Amino acid sequence: MKDQHEVEQFLYQQAELLDTKKWQDWIDLFTPDGIYWMPPNASYKTWDGQPAIFAEDKNLMTVRMNRVLHPDAWSQRPLWETNHVVSNVVIEKSSAKGVTVRSRFHMMELRRDDVRHFAGSYRHELVKTKGGYRIKLQRVDMTNAQAAYDYVLQVWV
Amino acid sequence: MLAERIPDLSKFVEPDRVRREVYTDADIFELEMQRIHERVWIYCGHESQVPKAGDYYTVQVGRQPMLMVRGADGRISVLYNRCPHRGNMMCGDRSGNAGEFFRCSYHAWTFKHDGRLRSIPMGDAAYAGTRWGKNNPDCDMKRASRVENYRGFVFASLAHDGPSLKDFLGKSIVAFDDMCDRSPEGEVEVVPNCFRVIQHSNWKIFLENQLDALHPSVVHQSTGRAAHDVEKRLAKKAKSGEAPLSYHMLSAFATVTIDKWDNFQTINYPYGHCVLTGYMGLRPQDPDTLAYDKIMIKAYGKKRFEEIVGVNIHHVLIYPGLSVQSPLQQLRAVRPLGVDRTLTEIWHFRLKGAPEAIYRRSLAYYNLVNSPATLINADDLENFWKCHQGLASEGGDWVSFGRHFGRDIEKDGHVETGPNMGTSEAPMRGQMKAWAQYMGNGK
Repeated sequence: MKDQHEVEQFLYQQAELLDTKKWQDWIDLFTPDGIYWMPPNASYKTWDGQPAIFAEDKNLMTVRMNRVLHPDAWSQRPLWETNHVVSNVVIEKSSAKGVTVRSRFHMMELRRDDVRHFAGSYRHELVKTKGGYRIKLQRVDMTNAQAAYDYVLQVWV
Repeated sequence: MLAERIPDLSKFVEPDRVRREVYTDADIFELEMQRIHERVWIYCGHESQVPKAGDYYTVQVGRQPMLMVRGADGRISVLYNRCPHRGNMMCGDRSGNAGEFFRCSYHAWTFKHDGRLRSIPMGDAAYAGTRWGKNNPDCDMKRASRVENYRGFVFASLAHDGPSLKDFLGKSIVAFDDMCDRSPEGEVEVVPNCFRVIQHSNWKIFLENQLDALHPSVVHQSTGRAAHDVEKRLAKKAKSGEAPLSYHMLSAFATVTIDKWDNFQTINYPYGHCVLTGYMGLRPQDPDTLAYDKIMIKAYGKKRFEEIVGVNIHHVLIYPGLSVQSPLQQLRAVRPLGVDRTLTEIWHFRLKGAPEAIYRRSLAYYNLVNSPATLINADDLENFWKCHQGLASEGGDWVSFGRHFGRDIEKDGHVETGPNMGTSEAPMRGQMKAWAQYMGNGK
C-alpha cells in the first residue's frame, strides 16, 4: 500500500509539472538514460528503430523544451494550456529496484479558443533512487493514436 | 453560382500575383477537384502497402473515395469504394484484406479484386430478364480510368484521356529514381506506418510552402537554435567529435542563415512540378556511410555510384498532391478535405539491401520532422492557418509572388531560378501557371 500511494503521488506530480509548464523539472524526473515514448499504435513493443510520435531521450527533450520556449516558436504563441487527470493506477511489477505501473489519463488542451481532448494510458518503468522515483521509460498510448491528428502535438502528454 | 460571381477565372491569375479567392472560395475548390485532382495523376500509394492478394488500402482521389487493391494475379487495381447495387461503401476500414473477393455488407453482392461482379445472392432467378447481371458493366465496381505504377509508386487518374504518367511527371520523375537508386537493389519498401495530420488551410498553401526557400530560417529558427545548442554540447563529448546526424537535420534550419538560401536553386517543370536542390549536405564520412558506400559500389560500380549519390535534391514537388524527399526516403501526400482543410499522409521507406543505420537516418527525420509531434512542421501549419485566415479577409485582394520576378531563366522547357536567387517565388508562379491551365481547360 505504501508503494501504491508513493507511485500515485509520483504520477500526479509528473502530470502537474506538465500542466504547470515546469518542463525542466519534468525532464529531471527521468533517469540519465530515460526515454519518453509515444508509439503510433498499441502493438509496438519497443521505441528503438521504429516510427514513433515521440521517442526522446533527455537531449531531445531539451531541444523540445528550448524550442517551445523560443520567442519565434510561432505555433507556441500563446503557449498551450493543458489539464491532465491521471487515474486507474495499477502496479504491475514491483521489486527492490523499482516498479512498473500502468495508469490512464484524460487531457484537455486549450489553444487560443480551441479545445481538444485526448485520452490514453501510461506505462511507467520507475526506478527507486535516493531522491525518490525516476522514470526509465514513460510509454504513452493515445486512444486516438491511429486517428488523423487535427493539427499537431507539441509538448509531452 | 460561380460563373455568375466570377465570370472569368483566368483573370484571377497574373504572372506575379493571384486573387485571394483562389484559396478561399468554396465553389472554386469544387471546380479544382473536378478539373485538377479528379483528372490528373494522383498518388495512391506504394505497391508494398498491399503485398498479398486481397490486400487493400483506401485512398481519397479528389473527392472520390477509392480502394487500391492487389489481385490474385498480382495486379493492382484502383476502384471506387462503392457497391454498384445501392451505393453502399464497400470497405469501412482504412486498410485490410478483402479475402478472395469483396463482399458488400448490405446485400452480399460479391466482386473480384479487379472490381468485376462475381455473384449476387439468388441472382439468376431475381434478375432473369432484367438489364442487371454479369454482362452489364454497371454491375461492376467502377474502376479508376487509368492506373500506372512507376518503380512501385502507384498513381491513378480519373480521366480517360491525358498524358501518360511518365509524360505527366517529366523530369520530376527523379523523385522516384533518386529514392530507389539509393537502394543497392534499386527498390524501396514502405514502412507500414502512416502519420496523418490535418491542416486548417487550403491545399495550395501547403504546396507553395514546400519549395519556399525563404521561409525555413524565419519559421524554423526556434527548433534550429535549440537543436544547434544540444548538437554543439554532444559534439564536444563525442569521441568522433560529431553529434548524431539527426541534430544536424534540425540545426540546419538555423545554421543555414537567411542570406544563404539564395545559394540554392529551384527548377520548375511543366504541370507545376518543381525541384529544390539539397542544402543539408547529407554525405558524411562516418563509418555507417562508408559501409553503405561500399555496398552501393559493389552493386553499381564506382561511376554509377557517384552519379547516384551525387543527385542533389532536398524536395521534389509533384503538383497537385505529392511532396517527396527522396534522399531521406519520405513523402507527404496531400488530400484536400475542403477549401480550408487539408490532410497530409506521411510515409517513409526502407532502401532494400541498405544497412540498418541508413534506415535509421531516414527514420530520425520521419519522427522528428514529420510525426504529429513534429519539431518543424508545427510552425508551418501555424503559418498556413494564419495565411488562410488573412486571405479570407477583405484586407486585400491579391497574393504576391513577385520575389525575383522577371529574372527566371527559361531553358530546355523548364524554368530555373537565376544565380543566387534560390528564394525566388518561381515555384509558386509555376504552380499557379499550371493551375490556370487546368482550370481554363474545362470551359
